Amino acid sequence: MIENVDLSLVDWSRAQFALTAIYHWLFVPLTLGLSFIVAIMETIYVQKGKEEWKRITKFWMTLFGINFAIGIATGIILEFEFGTNWSNYSWFVGDIFGTPLAIEGILAFFLESTFIAVMFFGWNKVSRRFHLVSTWLVAIGASLSALWILVANAWMQNPVGMTFNPETARNEMIDFWAVLFNPVAIDKFLHTVSSGFLLASMFVLGISCWFLIKKREKQLATQSILIASIFGLLSSLMVVYTGDSSARTISDVQPVKFAAFEAHYQGKDNAGLVAAGVLKNSGEMIGEKNIKNFVFKIEIPGFLSIITTGNKNGFVPGIIDLVKGNRDKKILSFDEKKERGIYARDVLMDYKKARTDNDSGKIEVIKAMFSDTQFQDNYFRYFGYAFLDSPEDMIPNVPVAFYSFHIMVLLGFLFILIFSLALFFLFRGTLVRNKWFLWIALFSIPLTYVASEAGWILAEVGRQPWIIQDLMPVSAGVSKISSGSVMTTFILFAILFTVLLIAEISIMIKQIKTGPENQEDKNQ
Amino acid sequence: MTIMISYLFLQHYWWIIISLLAGLLVFLMFVQGGQSLIFSLPKNDIQKSMIVNAMGRKWEFTFTTLVTFGGAFFASFPLFYATSFGGAYWLWIAILLCFMIQAIAYEYRSKPANVFGKRTFDIFLFFNGSFGPFLIGIAVATFFTGSSFSLNNFNQVKWATPWNGLEALLNIRNLILGFAVLLLARVNGLLYILNTIENAEILKRCERRVIFNSIFFLIFFLFFIISLLVAEGFAADPSSGIIKMEKFKYLHNFIHMPVVLILFLTGVINVLYGIGISVFKNSKKGIWFTGPGTVMSVFSLFLVAGFGDTAFYPSSFDLQSSLTIRNASSSFFTLKTMTYVSFIVPFIFAYIWYAWKAINNKKITEDELRGDGHMY
Repeated sequence: MIENVDLSLVDWSRAQFALTAIYHWLFVPLTLGLSFIVAIMETIYVQKGKEEWKRITKFWMTLFGINFAIGIATGIILEFEFGTNWSNYSWFVGDIFGTPLAIEGILAFFLESTFIAVMFFGWNKVSRRFHLVSTWLVAIGASLSALWILVANAWMQNPVGMTFNPETARNEMIDFWAVLFNPVAIDKFLHTVSSGFLLASMFVLGISCWFLIKKREKQLATQSILIASIFGLLSSLMVVYTGDSSARTISDVQPVKFAAFEAHYQGKDNAGLVAAGVLKNSGEMIGEKNIKNFVFKIEIPGFLSIITTGNKNGFVPGIIDLVKGNRDKKILSFDEKKERGIYARDVLMDYKKARTDNDSGKIEVIKAMFSDTQFQDNYFRYFGYAFLDSPEDMIPNVPVAFYSFHIMVLLGFLFILIFSLALFFLFRGTLVRNKWFLWIALFSIPLTYVASEAGWILAEVGRQPWIIQDLMPVSAGVSKISSGSVMTTFILFAILFTVLLIAEISIMIKQIKTGPENQEDKNQ
Repeated sequence: MTIMISYLFLQHYWWIIISLLAGLLVFLMFVQGGQSLIFSLPKNDIQKSMIVNAMGRKWEFTFTTLVTFGGAFFASFPLFYATSFGGAYWLWIAILLCFMIQAIAYEYRSKPANVFGKRTFDIFLFFNGSFGPFLIGIAVATFFTGSSFSLNNFNQVKWATPWNGLEALLNIRNLILGFAVLLLARVNGLLYILNTIENAEILKRCERRVIFNSIFFLIFFLFFIISLLVAEGFAADPSSGIIKMEKFKYLHNFIHMPVVLILFLTGVINVLYGIGISVFKNSKKGIWFTGPGTVMSVFSLFLVAGFGDTAFYPSSFDLQSSLTIRNASSSFFTLKTMTYVSFIVPFIFAYIWYAWKAINNKKITEDELRGDGHMY
């Protein structure tokens, strides 16, 4: 824990995890959303009994299956990478982090894998209602799985419901409900799942529009557009709502991340929200990191203060306040936090020494310290700062955080407009005539992926250097293997993921072009 | 009503769950066993298609069990997860790669425009089917033969060889178990095909292979069991936690836990009976005996590895770094919370059984394949 770690090992391990997560996230949101859209379509089929709806359902279900398979392939790598590449982290928090992962397997994966078999192979073997229930259970299983992994992720962003045990040198869970109902977890789950619904709705809308452009499958296309637009509009409104509450929570539990994605350096009252802008180096430095300022920006005055404090005159700390401290606002500086972190670490070292010396008196005294809330709140909560060298280490990559946040938000509003227009044209019966819109809807499909990935880049790059907020930096969580090994597996995974992605896209495009007619027959 | 549950009880309870999952996983690897035969068993494309589809309708159960096995191990014995995955890096990466390529192979193999052709995806299936069980067998064997690692004061792992797990492939006992697991998966795969597919030619070709694979399985399995019973084991002193080598440790464990011994023997007898009725009576019900037999045998082997104050993940490099169910487990609170969750498991078994039966009610034939609407 105290040893120096090879920085290239940390970088390669981060790169490998990022690679896996980015690839995994190319497939998961579509699974999350398309499963519900298919379930809605099948519900209409069962209610109305019209074969056309079965045909529509089966068409989208085939696309769902192609996407689902590759999501599983990348998912298994992701789950085990916590152990293979972040073994120190896995021990330090396994007592808490492992639980949601196990529950995900027990509750969600079995639900998905059992009923997906019924969904694909049960059409002629089970009753319509049983089939429909199975389809819904697959959709619910997918979202449940997202819930548990996001609970785990949220805990890393805002560690709650645990205490540190010096004997085992790890954090141990003391309140399961605090972990489950962590405010970050709730925001993250709702925001992520609704963004998946949005992405899938755009996928269905865009492809359906392509059918209209090609003057094929008009009935399938318009009916799919109706469902996708309503589902997509509701989802995108939900995305905005949950994004707003998510930002408010982040400003509270991860203020540096919050300041970074707004490039907000100097704390102030009545702070404005930058809606769009371009950054440049200012020439001023914090350690070795350049402070950014704006080439230009569009700012909504006072809005940042309002969304974070609920008050126009509320103070929003900037990166400089958070690094250098602000006595008036009771914000500790990096140096003060580091000092406290080192103190907590020294106490832990003393404990280990007392254990080696068999000094039972000292062992009890230190044990009592670790269970004292004063010590926990004032010292141990800064434990991770002991591993950082200089103040700028606590600042994430500001341009990456800033641009990914703003791209995500701007695209989010664009999607609301697209779904609204789709509904508008559909109800006026002018959808087919507005070819420009059909093309825009089609080309918006990749944009939803950009927005979705940008969200995760913001979440994960923005929280650097922490693997667990304030408790453990990534450099302390990494597995001690040779960086050459990780570099090799990175290249291996990069090639394999890309090869599989190429196959996936090619199959998907072919299936779409084939359309619903005799889709399965053409598979041979 | 308050029931007092001890920490030690929960540690044992969770080892039972892990052992059960391991047993189920090895049984469900009949899917892999079937996949390892896809180039040799079928005579033509339609036969291959029938075999692939018989396995393909079940592959997700195996996969999910593997993922759940990993998740449950992480939650209940996080020190194992951190130590083994972070240390035996290459062994686990190899296993992961084997399973990763399986996940897309079924869905993509016969889809048009799959870029790399059906044969590539069939090779993926074969690769997963052959190396998956073999490597898992190797990894499990290290539970008895030991690995080269040490843990520091903060329970951080350091692997003693630069091979990070691949050195396990050089240990003869590990290799024997690896081959035994692969051959067992193949036997179970063949018996599952006998039970599921209705095609005279496939069945005839299966029968011959059952004999051949069973003989080799029994040779490797017997070798491993005998070497296990006569081997030194990693014994943990219950009060001090100090690890010592003990002669005939696993034999002692069997003798001191007669229930486990009976379970193990019942499992083995079931496997033998299942093979026997398939070979000598041309029965198609063999899998109904070898399946539960596999679960029972593997389950009891895991109990022997972890119970009776034994280090279940021993370090042959630094004995005192060895992991036991006491020193590697989660906290009392976490195990208790997870125990509540585990009460849902019977319900999960119930719906899996129900859904499985619902879609397995017809034998797989050429007509059945074509009429179903979704085909791998």
